[in-house]
Order: sequence, then structure tokens, then C-alpha cells
Amino acid sequence: MILLVSFLVVAMLAAAIAASVFRDLLSAVIAAALVSLIASILFYLLQAPDVAMAEAAIGAALTAAIFIIAIRRTKRHEE
Amino acid sequence: MRRGLSILLLIVVALGISLSLGEIPFGRPKTKVGRYYIDEGMKETGAVNIVTSVVVNYRGFDTLGEVTVLFIAAIGLGAVLTGGGEKKRKAEPASLVLYTGCRLLFPLILIFGAYVFVHGHLTPGGGFQGGAIIASGFLLIYLGCRERRISPVASSLAESLGGLVFVVIGLLGIVLGGYFLSNFLPKGTPNALVSAGVIPIIYIAVGFKVGSELASIIDNLIEES
Amino acid sequence: MSFLNDYIYYIGAFGLIFVGLYIILVKRNLIKVIIGLGILDTGVNLFLISVGYITEGTAPIFSRPGIDAERMVDPVPQALVLTAIVIGVAVLALALSLAIRLYQHYGTLNLRRIREQKW
Repeated sequence: MILLVSFLVVAMLAAAIAASVFRDLLSAVIAAALVSLIASILFYLLQAPDVAMAEAAIGAALTAAIFIIAIRRTKRHEE
Repeated sequence: MRRGLSILLLIVVALGISLSLGEIPFGRPKTKVGRYYIDEGMKETGAVNIVTSVVVNYRGFDTLGEVTVLFIAAIGLGAVLTGGGEKKRKAEPASLVLYTGCRLLFPLILIFGAYVFVHGHLTPGGGFQGGAIIASGFLLIYLGCRERRISPVASSLAESLGGLVFVVIGLLGIVLGGYFLSNFLPKGTPNALVSAGVIPIIYIAVGFKVGSELASIIDNLIEES
Repeated sequence: MSFLNDYIYYIGAFGLIFVGLYIILVKRNLIKVIIGLGILDTGVNLFLISVGYITEGTAPIFSRPGIDAERMVDPVPQALVLTAIVIGVAVLALALSLAIRLYQHYGTLNLRRIREQKW
């Protein structure tokens, strides 16, 4: 059990560092959506099902969608 | 220079946070308010889901404030983004498989979202989760069938009616119960669909409002001039 | 191993806050800064939920009539974080609309170049 949680936390931190390093903004947004998804799984393991449902629906899906629409109306690559 | 200063500031903040985090024990009960809500929650409100009874009944005023913040953000976004002035990109129509698949999935997603916010007091779920699922259904229509838009009349009607029902129930609480947002309907038996007084009605109103607001946010962003 | 068992959730939340603050302070593209704001928000929410956890606890729902009410986790942080997640997405949407407006006016999203222009 503790092995599963450590693996998830390490994957979440690696995705957050990847969102900081990528210069293509589309890849950075997908890394941030992966952070939200793993946070939703950790919420479920902390016995909070309401918060896990809200984070998965709002953080992983809608936030990534509005970021991608905003990137489409501006530039795609960081200068 | 700026990078070095930022890293120094971050190291100081990190030291402060980790020294204070070491004092908080993990996994031991810490406060007494939560214990009171768990012990008395089902008797006083009739809802089986304790988080729902805290969000709607014990801290109902905070939920009203949060619905107001979401409303202000949606209005601000609509006010900032008018008058784009970009060239209109002609969207090519999607293939037949994608179009039919999206049209088939859309009513199922709406029914699932409605199920989540109607059963908010019995199972994990509630108004905010159900509203987000409904907004995801509308996002699917925008991506798959690219020529359809939701009618602005229906969207603003759903949003205004949701907010109005919430405030009217609060004011009726003053008349019938003595204080704002009091629970004046009978509590019923636990674990039944019609129970817990006013809580399902408030959550249905919040579900409609949040769903139509998030859908209108996406509609404003996607509008190409 | 016992140290890891006790503090792994705190390390995860604290790491997210650290990465989010670093992106906001150092990066120059406006949309990258807004991504950092979102990561910071997720980190703070994870920290709040992990404070309210009780070891070997269950979710606070009385789904069956015979559930033991002594070992349920704290419901108050869950209610607060539910509100905070929705407010977080509202703030992100408004910030992105302002970023689109800035791009239409200046033609660039580089903060250093925007600060150099007078009007």
C-alpha cells in the first residue's frame, strides 16, 4: 500500500517538473492535467470520494479544455 | 540574478514550511467540530452524506458566496472577450462517425450528471460534481458537432432560475424557521430519495447553475470572432 | 520506512507548492505562469485533505445502518476543499481571458517585452 502511494507521489512530482521544463505549451498543459488526475487518485486513497469526483471532473477535464482553447487563440510555443 | 534571488526566497519558504509541517502529526484526530458533525449530523439534517450536510446545511452561507464568485467570473469573462476582431477560420465539418457518436453520447452524459446531483445527499456527489459533468457533455458537442451552439436564452434562463431558487429558499427559511437557510421541510426517513428537507432542492438548483455557467464559459472562449 | 509512512502525503503536497511557486517566480510566458497557478492550487488542496485524515478511517457516509461512526475521517476539510476547487477553476478562466486580451493588444505574451513597451 505504501509502495503504491510513493509511486503515485513520485509520478505526480515528475509530471509537475515536466510541466515547468517543456517549451511547447500544449505538452505543458497535458502534464498539468496529469498532475490533477494523480491528485484525484490520491484524494480517493485519503477516503474523500466527493473531492476526488470534483477534482477529476473539474481539474483534469475542464481546466485542460479551457487551456487548450486559450492556447489556440494565442501562441503555441514559449519564446 | 533574478533566478538566484527567487531560488533563495524559495529555500527560505521551504525551510519554514517543512519545519512547521513536522509538528503536525499525520493520521490522528485533531479537532472536535468534525466529531460533532459526524455524531449529530444525521439526526439534525436527515442527510446520510455528512459532507453534503456540512456544505449545504451547516455552512450553507459559504456555498451561496461561492456560487456568487462563479457567477462574477463568468460575467467578467463574457465582458472581457467581446469584440475579438480576428479572422474567421472556417471549421471543416467532422466525419460521420464522430458526429453520430457525439450525438449518441450526449443525452447519456446529461442523464448521468442529473443522477449525480439529484442523489447528492445519499451517495458521494452533489451539485458541483453533477454540474461539471453536464458541462463536459456540452464540451463534447462543441468538439464533435462543430456547427451547433447552445441557445443563449435557454442557458441564461437555467442560470438565473438556479440562483433565484437558492436565494428564495433562504428567504423562506427566515419566514418559516427563524434564520436564513433554515431547514423547514420535514426530514423523512434516512436513505430515502425524498428526505433531508431542503437539501436536495438546493443541490438541484446549484447543479443547474454550475452546469450552465461552465458551459457558457466554454461557449465564450470558443467563439471565433 | 516509518518516516515515509507518516509523511509521504505531506512531501507530495509540499513538492507541488514548491514547483508552482518556482514557475510563477521565474518563467516569462504568461500562460506558463497561469499553469503554475493551477499547480499551486492543487498542491494546497492536497495538503488540506491530508491534514484531515485519520489512520484506518472510512469515508463519512452512513450508507448502511450498522456503520461504525467512531473511525470516520474529518468531514470539514472536505467541504472546504470542494469550494476551493470550483473557485480555482473560475479564477483560471478569468486569468486566461485577460491573457487572450493582452495578446490581441500587444502581439506577444512575453512579460519582459510587455513591460518594456510604454503603451
